[in-house]
Formats: sequence, C-alpha cells, structure tokens
Amino acid sequence: MPVTHVTNQFAAPECGGDVLVVNDLRFSYPDGHSALNGVSLKLCEGDKVALVGPNGAGKSTLMLHLNGILNGQGDVEIAGMRLSRENLPVIRALVGLVFQNPDDQLFSPTVFEDVAFGPLHMGLPEAEVRSRVDAALEAVRMSAYRDRLSHHLSVGEKKRIAIATVLSMQPSLLVLDEPSAGLDPRARRTLINLLRDLPITMLVSTHDMKLVQELFPRTVVMDEGRVVADGLTSEILEDEPLLNAHGLEKP
Amino acid sequence: MHFDAFDRYHDKESFLHRLDPRVKVLVTVIFIVSNALLPDGAWFAFGFAWLFLLLCNLLSKLGYAYSLKRSIIALPFALIAITVLFSIPGKPLSSFHFLGITFTITDAGLLRFVSILIRSWLSVQMAILLVAVTRFPDLIHALEHLRVPAILTTIIAFLYRYLFVLTDEVFRLLRARESRSGAVTGSKRRLERVERSGRGVLWRAKIAGNMAGQLFLRSYERSDRIYNAMLARGYAGRLYTLNPHEMKSVDYYATAFAIAVIFLMQWIGRF
Repeated sequence: MPVTHVTNQFAAPECGGDVLVVNDLRFSYPDGHSALNGVSLKLCEGDKVALVGPNGAGKSTLMLHLNGILNGQGDVEIAGMRLSRENLPVIRALVGLVFQNPDDQLFSPTVFEDVAFGPLHMGLPEAEVRSRVDAALEAVRMSAYRDRLSHHLSVGEKKRIAIATVLSMQPSLLVLDEPSAGLDPRARRTLINLLRDLPITMLVSTHDMKLVQELFPRTVVMDEGRVVADGLTSEILEDEPLLNAHGLEKP
Repeated sequence: MHFDAFDRYHDKESFLHRLDPRVKVLVTVIFIVSNALLPDGAWFAFGFAWLFLLLCNLLSKLGYAYSLKRSIIALPFALIAITVLFSIPGKPLSSFHFLGITFTITDAGLLRFVSILIRSWLSVQMAILLVAVTRFPDLIHALEHLRVPAILTTIIAFLYRYLFVLTDEVFRLLRARESRSGAVTGSKRRLERVERSGRGVLWRAKIAGNMAGQLFLRSYERSDRIYNAMLARGYAGRLYTLNPHEMKSVDYYATAFAIAVIFLMQWIGRF
C-alpha cells in the first residue's frame, strides 16, 4: 500500500515543544528492519495527544526512544534537555513510560514496592518516597491495594497500578502504550476517567478510536515509521480517506 | 486465570503472624540445624521438638495438626534415606533377596533410618509453618536483613513474582494444544486418546519439546521487557527497598525463648 505523506494539512495549535521535541528520528532493529524513518514530533505543556496507526507502524519503538531505552539517530529533547548518557537518569524520571503488558511493568512482590521502585531509584529520602507512593496510589484510586500482591490483581487493577508506578516519579510527560487493550468496559471507563483527570502532558498510543475521540484533542497518525498526520482529532477523524489509507476506522 | 497453587500463605490474626519475619526465619533455620545435630535415637529430644512444633502450630491458630497434614506430601522424599537400612554395619535383623542380591537390615541401620525420617519430618513441618504464617515479600525482607546477598534475594523475588505468570503461560499453551487435538468426524479415536492429545508418544514428546522452546523464548523476551520497564524507572544495577519491619520487644523475647527451647532440646538429646 503506498503511503502518502501529508503534513500540515490540519490546523494544529502552534507549539514550540517545551515538553518534548523529536527531530528526524531514525532507527533500525538489529535484524535490519527499519522501524523509524525520520519521525518529528513536538509536545507542549498540557497536551494530551493520541498516537494512532496500524501494528508495526513504529509507535512502540518511538515510545522506547523517549526515555533512551532505544537509541536511534536523530534528536530527542525532554523539557529542553537533549537526551544523552549524562542526563539519562534525570530524563528517565521526567518521562513516565507505561508498558502495554502490566505483568512486565509490575515486577515487585507487592504493590507498595512497585510504586516505590521509581522514587527509591531516584535517591529520594524515605519519607518523601512514602508520601509519593501514597499520592500516586490515591491518584489512581488504588490506596486500598497498597499491601496487595501484584499477581493477585485483575488486569484493570494492574493497569492502574502500572500507571501509579510512574506517577510516583512525578514525571512531566506520561507515555502510555495501549492502555485500554484487554480491559472490560467498566475498567476501560475507569481508566478513561483517570486519564482525563490527570493534569499531566501525555502521549498515548492506542487502537481504541473511541477513546481517542473522547479524550485527546490532538492526534498523531503514524505509518511505516513516519508521522503521516498531526492535528486536531476532530478533523483527522473526519478525514476518511486518510483513516482508510492507514488501516484505521472512524469511531 | 490465576494460578495461586504455590501460594501457601494463610491470612490470619495470630501471634506467629505478627512476629517479625526475621525472628521466624532465624528460629526456623536454627530449629532445622538443631534437628540435624541431634544424635540418632534421641527419642526424648525428638518428642520435645515435636511439642515445640505443636506449640508453634497452636500459636499460629491454624490448628494443631496443620503442619502435620501438609507435611505428608514431603515425606516420600525422605525415603531417599532408605539405603542406610542396609549400609550401616550392626546386628542383622532380617534379610531378603531382590534381583539376586541379599539385603540385610541391621539394627543400627534401622535406628538411623527412623531418626532421619523423624528429623526431616520435623524440619519440613517447621518450614511449612514458616511459609504459612509469613507473607512471601516479608520472607525476602527477612533474608535481606539477615545479610543474604542481594543478588540471591533479588533472584528469589523475581522467581516468586514470575512463577505465577509462567504457570499461567504453561496452562494457556496446554489449553491451546488440547483444544486443537481433535479427531476427524467419524474416526474411531476414543476420548481418552484425545485427552492425551494426539498420536503416539514420540509425537507428543515433539510437541512438548516445541512448547518448552516456546516457553523459553517467551520468558526470554519477557525478561527483556521487564528489564526495559526497570530501566524506565531509573534502575541502574542496584536494587533499593524500603523495609517497614521493626523488631519489637516481644520479638526479642520470642527469639530468646525459642533459642532457649532449642538448647534445652539439644541438652536432652545428649544426656
């Protein structure tokens, strides 16, 4: 399928990129498969942005670049800081990355330890760690689960705890990989309300177009390792030729 | 589906549950070492150890026979010691022929065999009780406090966390195999063959091998994702933990009492 490169077709709000700037990012996996072919993206304070596109479009690969787990060619800047070896620890605290499978994210025996993992490794004092854990669990409304064992939780509960594990680091950018995948309607609804209420800049990759429509004012469409559209969600979701060309559906 | 088959913790409010995990781990280890040190045929000391165990059972409020019931499954492993029946020189008690060899049971051998059986049985019961009254994360904390190297406690913690995920994975694989092991309509293959999934032993072995390979690959890839998740939250090669445990005076008294009892037990066993 030919990919057409349309840019600036949608009236996106002007943004200098004070939270995130990605400039011409390229990355190939060791097996030669090139996942990112020059991605550029800017996010500003308070932006809530959906990242959509078919499987294999490079969404997850892009997300792994945002806190330096993968290192491609090109620039990544977080809050004005260029991603480099020296400021990697600081950037990892600034970018809260939540993986798709909560079983990968929750690796400690208890919920408390998992939520405390980030702050502890930032070197914060004990009292601060405790208050951050309590605040993060409160934010996802899971305070009662503090001492529970992670493997006894349901998927929806694990998802919310996974979000708490990065909220406790008080990140300035929240990056979520398919947060609503595999959730039942009630858990999904709870998650949507939670994401709406969180006052943090976020970039969320998803296939859930209803979620996009409901929650995110701005949408970025990726396909074959490129950003093919970036603009107001309301306009992108009306452009059926664009959606069809990239394997997406109008909600 | 969750597989909690390995979780042996029983949530209850009791003296033993409230005790600091360090005390419980320490006393369990000393109890087991003490059992191993008791001489053969120290029946009074064994009885005394069993009374101590009974007391622990009662204090745990799990019922005085709790550890007894659970210990039955571990008992067959003690049968490994059966060779001592024949291998220790002493007064012959009886002999029998098997596969052309004459086996002679001696009195010293019998004494040692029964003693080993009792020792392992007592030790297993205490370990069962420890796991039943201590949450697993607390056990790991206790090991950390007792200066077990961090790399070991970390491995144990990860093992515990992902044992459940992996068993879930195994059961998913098994279910997927079962639901595709059918028979052609009209074939005479009986249900029990379908339940054993497919054709001959060799075929099944091959499928099982594939599944083991799959499981290894999936675990390997999962370990990569977990490591990424750890990196994303600032992991740089050292694990930090917060330990909410604090030794209270009752913990010290309990330790002192248990150690005194175990010393008394040794004294009874030797005189």
